[in-house]
Amino acid sequence: MRQKEFLHTVLPFKDKVFRLAKRLLVSTDEAEDATQELYLKLWKNKNKLKQYNNIEAFAMTMTKNYCLDQLKAKRSNNLKLVHSNYKDHTISLQRDIELKDSVRKVHELIERLPEKQKMIIQLRDVENYEYEEIGKILDLQPTAVRVALSRARKTIREQLIKQHNYGIS
Amino acid sequence: MELANIEQLIKKYENAETTLQEEQVLKDYFQHNNVPGHLIEYKAYFNYFTESSAERFTKTIPLKPRKMNWKWLSIAALVVVMVSIYSINQSRGLSEKDRLEAVNAYQETQKALQLISKNLNKGEHVAVAGLQEFGKAQHKIFKTTKK
Repeated sequence: MRQKEFLHTVLPFKDKVFRLAKRLLVSTDEAEDATQELYLKLWKNKNKLKQYNNIEAFAMTMTKNYCLDQLKAKRSNNLKLVHSNYKDHTISLQRDIELKDSVRKVHELIERLPEKQKMIIQLRDVENYEYEEIGKILDLQPTAVRVALSRARKTIREQLIKQHNYGIS
Repeated sequence: MELANIEQLIKKYENAETTLQEEQVLKDYFQHNNVPGHLIEYKAYFNYFTESSAERFTKTIPLKPRKMNWKWLSIAALVVVMVSIYSINQSRGLSEKDRLEAVNAYQETQKALQLISKNLNKGEHVAVAGLQEFGKAQHKIFKTTKK
């Protein structure tokens, strides 16, 4: 596979790879590094790529595995991922609750989900994959994907309503 | 789209039974319409997904960074070796001015040493003369005591 052909097949989903990596690794820098690392891996294995009938799903699986490995390495080093998304609640209480604030709240709620649900939400609601594709990427049955997805969506909605009511009263 | 319809879709959505098209309908609805109060949380929720799908990977994708690294590393090593060889040679070879100075210092030292040895020789003569005098005196004494 030549470089041009390679780029033509793998570049269209680079943003999806990056967004999934960011969903799992939280920090933008780490997600960028992971994306670059992943494309390097794909390039090294470029001759084997043709064996896979769905290269995008294969790349997404690789992304998932790579990021989970990274997370595991971080945890065994006793390092916690630091993210600067914490906000000062006193300030946001003083202001009216803006839409932007609650969008950020959604982000935090998704961050708190278990990794599997996080990935499924990302793949379905952000990247619009079909259940079968998600199943292929994550190595799950489509029904299992639906169950986890439903659970994740309900959790987020409950938390949102809870926070909303708390804000009013 | 009617409100009742949207509410029904949301229910389906939460049970993960919606199709991608139906989910798109929901996303569009919450992006454009004035949303009634009891559904306001969903506005932020669906807008979040629309917003995050707009995020792009902006860095370049390197395909052969390792090889480049080796190349630059060898160039850097070569530069280091050349600089060190140059500086060693520089310190070994003396300049003309340094050489003259060294010769001068050598001559000055020789002069000074000569002066010292001349004076030392003078002192030796005196000492030897003193010794002879001492010997004579001793001779006299021993002669007298033997008698």
